Amino acid sequence: MTSDVEIVERDFGELALNMGPQHPSTHGVLRLVLYLRGETVLRAVPGIGYLHRGVEKLCETLAYDQLAPVFERNDYLGPTSNSLAFVLTVERHGSFHVPRRGAWLRGLVAELQRVASHLVWLGTLGLDLGGALGGGTTLYMYCFREREKILDLLEELTGTRFHTNFNLIGGARYDLTSAIGAHARGLADGFDAMLDELLSMSAKSGVFRGRTEGVGVISRDLALGAGVTGPVLRGSGVAFDIRRARPYDAYAELEFDIPVRTAGDALARFEVRMAEIGQSARLIRQIVDGLPPGPICSRKPLKNPKATKLAAGEAYAAVESPRGELGVLLVADGTSQPWRLKINAPSFANLQVVPLIAPGMLLADVIATLGSLDPVMGDVDR
Amino acid sequence: MPAAEVVAALAARVGAVPFTLGVDVSAPDLLVTLRALRDVHGYRYYVCASATDRSAEFELLHGVRNLDTNDDIWVRVHLPRDAPEVDSAAHTYAGAEWQEREIFDLFGLIFRAHPDPRRLMLPDQYVGHPLRKDFPIDTPWGYRPATVGAPVAEPEA
Repeated sequence: MTSDVEIVERDFGELALNMGPQHPSTHGVLRLVLYLRGETVLRAVPGIGYLHRGVEKLCETLAYDQLAPVFERNDYLGPTSNSLAFVLTVERHGSFHVPRRGAWLRGLVAELQRVASHLVWLGTLGLDLGGALGGGTTLYMYCFREREKILDLLEELTGTRFHTNFNLIGGARYDLTSAIGAHARGLADGFDAMLDELLSMSAKSGVFRGRTEGVGVISRDLALGAGVTGPVLRGSGVAFDIRRARPYDAYAELEFDIPVRTAGDALARFEVRMAEIGQSARLIRQIVDGLPPGPICSRKPLKNPKATKLAAGEAYAAVESPRGELGVLLVADGTSQPWRLKINAPSFANLQVVPLIAPGMLLADVIATLGSLDPVMGDVDR
Repeated sequence: MPAAEVVAALAARVGAVPFTLGVDVSAPDLLVTLRALRDVHGYRYYVCASATDRSAEFELLHGVRNLDTNDDIWVRVHLPRDAPEVDSAAHTYAGAEWQEREIFDLFGLIFRAHPDPRRLMLPDQYVGHPLRKDFPIDTPWGYRPATVGAPVAEPEA
């Protein structure tokens, strides 16, 4: 029997597809104009700035002691790392002493938020990959259930769930009681079982591997030249972690490994982040068990925030946020306000490789790549 | 502090002058310096770019890193306020493309031979460069610093 259907090859030309700024797979308000031929991306033009709030300009009008909470609003999934980068820069430039217990506690909150942030990333990656994972909602719900436990602990410790405002210039704001310490320890002990459960829903699924393996490859050279950072850099075979390369706070005294993969694809970045959750659990256990006694902050509560003045000069300090190197370049002029503050945002560095690697990709792979880069638009736009 | 021998090599090559975070070079030598750092001294990782408004002039900084020696160096150029033009580093480090667009957007520095010279954060039709110190912030549409006056007394009932 012969078919009457005639197959016609037709070239529909170039199609410009406007994805976002309001689109669930763009992780906030990223706009991506994709020029397509069929399902293949010819080029991608990102449009950012929809969340630009002029934080750097605002910083020039506030005193140093008023700025840490402002920073927490940048990367809203890992707020503590933002303010930590800022207070670290001020402490180094102004030679403020941080008591050992305060430094360890800052590490505790930062690591808890790293796990919480990675859980949001994994859950939303599940949604991005969508139908392939049975809607992806299952993974999302399990991730948010686990994240809720961390947020409860943070609320117990600091009174807030997200913007903990935990870091002060010269130490930490709240002390850990033995009951909260036991709670944190129990939570960290459960992370390994949680990882197994989440991996059974993601990496062990052949569909998940098919959607991420070999997708969105960032070569080592591109990773260096474009300045990508964090898990994206380590997924491309560069073992660079600020916590190890330039230890701050307690990290010089703690034991942890730096997970590295060489493939540079979405799966490699996935594996790096999942391994990092395990390392964070290790760090949390060490901090709770070995927390040194003593004061948590070297400075008395402030009456006048404008009393803190920094000498003129430049300083740069960075921390390893959940998304990578978060640096602050401070230009001080001898007053109580910064003359200029530049935020080196990890999401910004990671997002700018999208137009470089998108040409030739399938449309669906752009979504998977974006999900694996884990950009937070508040951090990109500032 | 950046590595002393790199600073010395750059001083001999382009007359670089060290400062706290790196070296000062003249604007025409910027690309030569960056290429030397990338190809000769192993500074292949791009950190970020920043600019500072010093009223009389602009400062532009490119931060690059040698991952083997774990060493940063910030290359700084001084640009006159009336003609803030400099060569784009986007062809040397891919990461500089967006950083320079952001600086063009917010400071109004011009990057020659930039592959995509558009605003990055603000709308294309926006007028002005807000991170300049002379940008009027007290406009009807702009940011106004909050002023806290005396509390208003409740009217007597």
